[in-house]
Amino acid sequence: MKNAVGRDIPDFLLANGKEVYQGKNYMDGKYVKKASPRTRIYERPQESKIVDSLAQALRDCGAKDGMTFSFHHHLRNGDFVVNMVMKAAIEELGLKDLTIAATSLGEAHDPIADYIEEGKVIGIQTSGIRGRMGQVVSEGKLKTPAIIRSHGGRPRAIEAGEVHIDIAFVAAPTSDCVGNCRGIGGKSNCGSLGYAMTDAKYADHVVVVTDCLVDFPNMPASVEAIDVDAVVVVDSIGNPKKIASAAARISQNPRDLMMAENVAKVIASTPYFKEGFSFQTGVGGPSLAANLFLEKYMDERGIKMGWAIGGICGPMVEMLKKGKVGKVIDVQDFDLDAVNSINQTPGHFEMSASQYANPANKGAFVNKLDFVVLAALEIDTGFNVNVLTGSDGVLRGAPGGHPDTAAGSKVCVIVTPLVRGRMATVCEKVVTVTTPGDCVDVLVTDYGIAVNPLRPDLIRCLDEAGIPHVSIESLKEKAYSIVGRPDDVQFEDKVVAVLEARDGTILDVIRQIKPYTFED
Amino acid sequence: MIKRPKPERFRLRRTMMFMNAQKPGLIKDAYIYGCDSIMLDLEDAVAENQKDAARFSLYHALTTIDYGATEVIVRINGLDTPHWQEDIRVCVAGGADGIRIAKCESAQDVKTVEAHVEAAEREFGVEVGRTLLMAALESPKGVMNAYEICSASERMLGCAISGGDFRKCMQTKFQKDGIDMLVARGQMLMAARAAGVQCFDTVFTDLDDNEGFEAEVRQNKAMGFDGKSLINPKQIRLVHEIFAPTEKEVMQAEAMVRAFREAAAAGIGVFTVNGKMVDVAFIPGAERTLKLAKACGMYEGDLV
Amino acid sequence: MQIEKNAMAGTLESSDALVTVEPGEGGIELEITSSVMNQYGRQIRQTVLETLERLEVKDGKVTVVDKGALDCTLKARVECAVFRSCDKSAAGIPWGGVIK
Repeated sequence: MKNAVGRDIPDFLLANGKEVYQGKNYMDGKYVKKASPRTRIYERPQESKIVDSLAQALRDCGAKDGMTFSFHHHLRNGDFVVNMVMKAAIEELGLKDLTIAATSLGEAHDPIADYIEEGKVIGIQTSGIRGRMGQVVSEGKLKTPAIIRSHGGRPRAIEAGEVHIDIAFVAAPTSDCVGNCRGIGGKSNCGSLGYAMTDAKYADHVVVVTDCLVDFPNMPASVEAIDVDAVVVVDSIGNPKKIASAAARISQNPRDLMMAENVAKVIASTPYFKEGFSFQTGVGGPSLAANLFLEKYMDERGIKMGWAIGGICGPMVEMLKKGKVGKVIDVQDFDLDAVNSINQTPGHFEMSASQYANPANKGAFVNKLDFVVLAALEIDTGFNVNVLTGSDGVLRGAPGGHPDTAAGSKVCVIVTPLVRGRMATVCEKVVTVTTPGDCVDVLVTDYGIAVNPLRPDLIRCLDEAGIPHVSIESLKEKAYSIVGRPDDVQFEDKVVAVLEARDGTILDVIRQIKPYTFED
Repeated sequence: MIKRPKPERFRLRRTMMFMNAQKPGLIKDAYIYGCDSIMLDLEDAVAENQKDAARFSLYHALTTIDYGATEVIVRINGLDTPHWQEDIRVCVAGGADGIRIAKCESAQDVKTVEAHVEAAEREFGVEVGRTLLMAALESPKGVMNAYEICSASERMLGCAISGGDFRKCMQTKFQKDGIDMLVARGQMLMAARAAGVQCFDTVFTDLDDNEGFEAEVRQNKAMGFDGKSLINPKQIRLVHEIFAPTEKEVMQAEAMVRAFREAAAAGIGVFTVNGKMVDVAFIPGAERTLKLAKACGMYEGDLV
Repeated sequence: MQIEKNAMAGTLESSDALVTVEPGEGGIELEITSSVMNQYGRQIRQTVLETLERLEVKDGKVTVVDKGALDCTLKARVECAVFRSCDKSAAGIPWGGVIK
């Protein structure tokens, strides 16, 4: 069945009330029953929950074949915990048919690709999937289709009981002996633990994995001991160099700066740019650089930003310290400046993924967002964005908070160069729709700006400010005139991944890649 | 194949940005930053053993990429190298707007290049006289001969000084106040104005020294340069800002040109603006101000 | 033209291509690897073959390692490699003739 973004969703996926994507706000106002998590009674006083090994923790939590283990991705590409746990489960306990439900996965988890090929891991639920794991899933080697969700879609699915977590593993930079965890104070600091919070609340069992045991009570705790079954102390939970970069630097690339300046111009032309406005930006070159130019306009008009959310890095912390932004609310930290600031700098708070972006609670932060600036691998003439699959059709990205912030914000600006090497970023039809076009408002490229015709109000704003803009079709034509019209990527029929919209409907499917041949 | 319009000998050239002609990623869309001219470099930026490859790249870039209204000039290798003759052939065949003669020291250098350009124009069926020339003065001798160089050909659009080599010859280094190049800049400017051509200042190489760059551009403007050579797109904006006329200058220029046109249409020789008699000699300058204002987005009328 | 000896042109930088030509044993043997194979593989092959045909190269082994080069760059690299293989790349190039 075709969905609202024109993607054909195979009927076999539409079982058990699953629907195809119907457009934004389709679920608005509906009631949903939350799945109530199972807990376990620990009535007898306990001195400590520390167990000797991951294998022991797995046994204590009743790990068996076919279970779903959850992980969070605050340790980013420095994470050791996913591999460590899966190794213990598969190689020490001999488990099979396991599903990994992670908030995101990356190149750090390349070894899991072997478990997929061996059939030990049969399911993946994640936001991001990259590296070897993306490759083997795209090659059709995972037994069941991977399920890709946004950062808001995941807590929605967990709360709705669509994802049942048997054991949640919390990689904790610090923990006490009963499992009060924090993202700071140890040797593998990551700052916020926002993505782990919903998992810990809804999992049947929770195992904390830490490399820095601290005195009880480790307060204020991001994941609380009341939800934790066991604590495992290991040598190292991750590589600090890859967890948080030294400091996110604002790009000096003239192309990025040119685009960033135009992003700021567009934002400043709208009526939402006023005292107390709210803002989120990505950490990519031009997105982050938009901060710099936005600050100029704020100074010029004598206004301040009310609050900022998102993955946070140094430049935003800097603005908080200078008093240019009132509050920063943080689901993840990208550099040491942000890690060292969260819950330390007045006004810098932590939040859960659900609080950040879940469309099925009573008001996530994204719903009050004025502006979001986001990147794209591809954007098509319907303003649909792809941030998941490469131009070869292989999984190598993550929707992350992209669809959530795009849908919730008043103005969603996509900023991207028109072409990357020989790849047309602005194209006729994206390989995969990760953010539907009805949520995207303005596109800023190095060759010009296009406004979604669904937003005549914004077109007027740009016109009144004298900001030139063109149709997105003309940008696509320009791109093709430079790089040539691309051939369609060839796929087999087999569905290897299902991409859920944030509301749980099916937005797109990713099919198995076909080896390239020159034959027509 | 892209056919570029006939080059204008005198046009706005506030910013000339150098680009290595051998780097496909750079030259494919250098025009998006809004510089007035791009300077595709076959000389210093290209390694000795890649001069041939750079020409093939250059030819296809010139004939395939639509640079729009951005002027495309090519810096060729010096006359003391084995490369410059083939450089000229490829520039002319590809339809470059102009050629920058490196290390130019005499009128004869210009005439030598001109002869080869003309031969190439005949060889490739290009309108004779189409390809413009400019001279890079890189030595004291070049600066001393600036006037004869600037007057050596009808194709000459102007001259530029090349600071790096010049300072070496003078046994000095970059100075913040510009004293190292003061005489050279002044003498070259005077020669260019006397010959009726344009004049451009050298590159500023320290990309982290924004203050130094701004000071140098302000001095350039004050001295009367038409523009400046640049090494990075991020330098463009400041030059355009500093070279922009003031709003008052634009209004005055507009009033002057309008009054002149109306008077001329009515067959009146003498005219006044705001009650003051205006000399016809001010009109070219006023028109130049309006063109500059238009390029800076400060003037939207149709007088220029 | 006849490929007389091994020659190469280009780089492995992004937006460029490294083209190697070697004398052949009858016919054109073309090997292409590309970072944009799925979308542009056919166009790359067509551009390279057309360029070789224009140069009247009928015999040779041609290897293209493409890093997302535009057509104009691919042509330039193939032409330069072929001219280098005959020691004819430095002067007297037929611009606008077989090079177009």
